[in-house]
Amino acid sequence: MDEIITLDYGSGGKKTARLIENSILPALSNPALNALTDGAILGDLVFSTDSFVVDPIFFPGGDIGKLAVCGTVNDVAVCGAEPKYLSCSFIIEEGLPMAALSRVIASMKAACAQAGVQVVTGDTKVVERGRGDKLYINTAGIGFLKYPGLSPAKLREGDAVLISGTAGDHGTAVMLARSGMMQTELTSDCAPLNRLCAAILDTGAAVRVLRDPTRGGVATTLNEFVEGTSLGIELAEGAIPVRPAVKAACAMLGLEPLYCANEGKLLCVAAQEDAEKLLAAMRALPEGENAAQIGVVTANAPGKVLMKTALGGRRVLQKLAGAQLPRIC
Amino acid sequence: MPSAETLLREIRALPLGDVRIMEVCGTHTMAIAEAGIRSLLPENVKLLSGPGCPVCVTPAEVIDAVLALSMDKNLILASYGDMIRVPGSTPGDSLQRRRALGADVRICYSPMDALEIAAKNLHKEVVFLGVGFETTAPGTAAAVLAAGERGLKNFSVWSMLKTVEPALRALMGTEGFNVQGFLCPGHVATILGEEGFRFLPASCRMPAVISGFESGDILFALCRLLMQIADGEPRLENAYPRAVRPEGNRLAKAMMGRCFAPRRELWRGLGEIPASGLGLREEWAAFDAEKKFGVTVGAEKPTACRCGEVITGMREPPRCPLFGKRCTPEDPVGPCMVSSEGACAAWYKYQIP
Repeated sequence: MDEIITLDYGSGGKKTARLIENSILPALSNPALNALTDGAILGDLVFSTDSFVVDPIFFPGGDIGKLAVCGTVNDVAVCGAEPKYLSCSFIIEEGLPMAALSRVIASMKAACAQAGVQVVTGDTKVVERGRGDKLYINTAGIGFLKYPGLSPAKLREGDAVLISGTAGDHGTAVMLARSGMMQTELTSDCAPLNRLCAAILDTGAAVRVLRDPTRGGVATTLNEFVEGTSLGIELAEGAIPVRPAVKAACAMLGLEPLYCANEGKLLCVAAQEDAEKLLAAMRALPEGENAAQIGVVTANAPGKVLMKTALGGRRVLQKLAGAQLPRIC
Repeated sequence: MPSAETLLREIRALPLGDVRIMEVCGTHTMAIAEAGIRSLLPENVKLLSGPGCPVCVTPAEVIDAVLALSMDKNLILASYGDMIRVPGSTPGDSLQRRRALGADVRICYSPMDALEIAAKNLHKEVVFLGVGFETTAPGTAAAVLAAGERGLKNFSVWSMLKTVEPALRALMGTEGFNVQGFLCPGHVATILGEEGFRFLPASCRMPAVISGFESGDILFALCRLLMQIADGEPRLENAYPRAVRPEGNRLAKAMMGRCFAPRRELWRGLGEIPASGLGLREEWAAFDAEKKFGVTVGAEKPTACRCGEVITGMREPPRCPLFGKRCTPEDPVGPCMVSSEGACAAWYKYQIP
């Protein structure tokens, strides 16, 4: 049977990794790309790109425009760089109300102002009705490297694993908006994280790596930190901040908060002795007010992420395999 | 409810030899794995997953027939998400793949969603894949009854619904079956009531406890079940009284009865079991997708997948030769690996090797 692309390949989990390794890297390989970080590090420059195809384009807490700015800003910022300039391409399906586009652009303007970046180049394309879905946006971003050397390869046994706030808000809010099923207070966490990254790195703490756990969620990002290495991560279930509404909605929809996308959260691994200082720095900002230590780096489970459950049991937390699917009952 | 520590201490203190407990609900399978309950129990207590995941007991040949139907250009196939990635007898061929090839496959949370799709697409046929046990059967019946009232002629249900009691009876009659107690499914019991599981102690001398789904509920029910096994007096206990009444949900049962009649059904791993499926009654034939589209299911083909042995408790998932090698959640061979409630998926996903 001929292999074809299914939605699983876009989930940010194992199949996405396989697509990149088997189909993209062999042809386009070069040192900057091969590092497979959120952004390419080119001397003092950091360069990153991301495409946004979210459905619906407006959701509680944000829209595709805000997401397109924040997503790329965050990918640049977690590399230890100060994001400065963005490019922006719109692929618009004919029939999109002009008012909707204006609303998206206004929201991009606000997000750019908040993040302190400018859109300096761009492109627009319009496709026939039915050959796109309302609006897709691609952004690319350039930043200047300020804190070099962040890398999962820097992890050491005993390091602290921190999160800047509650897990799973964005993915759950979008799924709820899509299903049209429930009215909740739940909103996406979509926000620029460059200020939070700078606050963390300016403490001078021994920060090993920063990452924003978008597609595939916290579980997938943590797995990426340790896979193929001699270290593992052990999480304490009770320590992971998850909003009760997210927990409840995920239980109903058959999703798991730790696999749901975040668009305004950071994972940070740092020396344990700096954990309190870093948590204080994060909590001083609204985007880090629910920051918490959720686990430690361990040598006991090489290459794996383990979860100590609320009951005291232990289990593995895998990378996301494919798109999360709603369940029967 | 006593704390987890107290329950575990009580379990460890029980005078028991090797005990094998079977849970027969996919939600229990996942909850047990997710809470790491196996890692907390003493070594003499083994937890097995029975035929409790409705997707896992659907034969590959039925999926093949579904895949064939999905390519009908005038048809929308509505299904619960669990079915989307289940392969037929050709690994990799699934509704997800068919959707990428152009089939119109929609994921629903409820049969009523499928009914609304039908109401909005009157020029197309909408077929809902009715999968599940007594838990989803009443909702499926409600959709058929509503379609009848609204005169939605483009809506039909392909019933793959199954019932728990005949399957458990067949399972207990299987050669080599070695289980000392059942953790009974709280969801099914909410519909059937305690009475739906009385046959276990009464006619099969099998200890049984109805359990809820929080990790504490499960641990409590396990403790009750092990105490029963230790004292040698099989009985039915309801450890989920906040949801399960002795008589169950009469309205739901009446709806099921109006819409469905028992029929022979083919189960993966268990074969054909008399009166174990729910087919649409003759008066609802207009909404019966099997009749409407003349669906035929091919003969069972041999496969290397040991799902059948897994769901009868004969084999733990890692002892299937395909487990974790040719069969993984991203490229599943058997339904136990793909369903979010499958024993193999739970094991692969959560178990520490």
